Amino acid sequence: MALADIRQRPGVLLGAAILLHVVLISAQVNTVSGLPVLQVVTFGSFAEVQRGTMAIVDGVRNVWSGYISLRQVHVENDALKLELQTLHVRLQQEHAEAQRTDNLRQLLELRERSHLETTAADVIAAAASPEFRTVTIDKGTNDGLAADMAVISPAGVVGRVVLPAGRASKVQLLIDRNAAAGALIERTRVQGVVEGFGDGSLRMEYVPGSSDVKPGDLVVTSGIDGIYPKGFVIGTIEQVSPGSGGYHQITVRPAVNFTRLEEVLVVRTPAAAHASPEGDQ
Amino acid sequence: MRIIGAGAAILVALVLQTTLAGLVIRGTAALDLVLIVVVYIALKAGPVPGVVAGTVAGLIQDALSNPILGIGGLAKTIVGFLAGVLGTQFILTGPLPRLVMLVMATVLHAAIFMGLYVLLDLRQFPNPVPSVIGQALGNGFVGVVTFQLIEWLPGFVDRRRAGRSLRR
Repeated sequence: MALADIRQRPGVLLGAAILLHVVLISAQVNTVSGLPVLQVVTFGSFAEVQRGTMAIVDGVRNVWSGYISLRQVHVENDALKLELQTLHVRLQQEHAEAQRTDNLRQLLELRERSHLETTAADVIAAAASPEFRTVTIDKGTNDGLAADMAVISPAGVVGRVVLPAGRASKVQLLIDRNAAAGALIERTRVQGVVEGFGDGSLRMEYVPGSSDVKPGDLVVTSGIDGIYPKGFVIGTIEQVSPGSGGYHQITVRPAVNFTRLEEVLVVRTPAAAHASPEGDQ
Repeated sequence: MRIIGAGAAILVALVLQTTLAGLVIRGTAALDLVLIVVVYIALKAGPVPGVVAGTVAGLIQDALSNPILGIGGLAKTIVGFLAGVLGTQFILTGPLPRLVMLVMATVLHAAIFMGLYVLLDLRQFPNPVPSVIGQALGNGFVGVVTFQLIEWLPGFVDRRRAGRSLRR
């Protein structure tokens, strides 16, 4: 059967015969380096076979490690993603906790520094209408709060209590259109009234046009309104321009970031006994 | 039976070749009887027997005379294959086609044989053309005559036997 096949394929037989002769010749002939050609060719050919085999093995190994075993990696990846999400949440919790701790520390420092009788409160809600810039805090009359008590934060003046309830109070922010506070420019001690403008900025009114006012000057409470303790920071002057009636038109940037209010202090000390922790400095 | 005949022909050719070793033209034997036998087998039987005959005959010839075993065998293997292929594709029964065939086979054989020796830096063949042409013509002439004799002889013997029986 095999003989018949060979007779049908003389080319195969010729190839085999040529290969036989080449091998035979190579076994007897030395290369320039003195090594037998057969040995060199056999080694070289086998090395190529080894290289090819290794390439195939590497390919299979790569396919295995790169694809098939990825099923396990996929499961591991899912677990890691879940763990990462959990860690992200925990990190945010830790960050929030640290932020809250920092805020509370600042409040505590403020309380100790001001020698005022205060009550710490958390902001629990914002205004129901955008026309009114108010917030709701979680302390009310049950905690000794009353109307017109000043509300401050470590950054500066926040506003005043306008509607105390049993366990909560509404606080009118200083940036509300109807809010106002007695103020003075710390550098020159020029007094005026800071009013909310409704757009998040403040205006300082009734500052004579002849007074020395420059952008960057610090504006603090003057205490003459009977609500806000003297010397607490309101903000910094952002823009000064000639106004009507011989007064400056002064725009003040609030020191407090009203969009990020979380904890505040409500000053329960009567207005007459207000100290001036910073204004005296 | 044909295998035995082919083997016997190769054997005879080798014996004759060794006895004619003194007949040399410029370093190359004037006749290669083994090659003639290989070509004949290939023309008569086809490429497969041509390859086998070329391999066997060439290797034996190499073993007997050449320093490197396989070079002559490779040359005769290729010649046997090509002669067998041509023998199956064309009608090469006439003296002239056979002469051409033998000349071409000799030239090809010499090219492979000498080329491999030169390529492997084993031996040099300065100005080989005259000797190759001489060998090709010699192989062609002797081969054609031998082929005719081989094909004519059996019929001649039969006719002689038939004539003797008729006279009786």
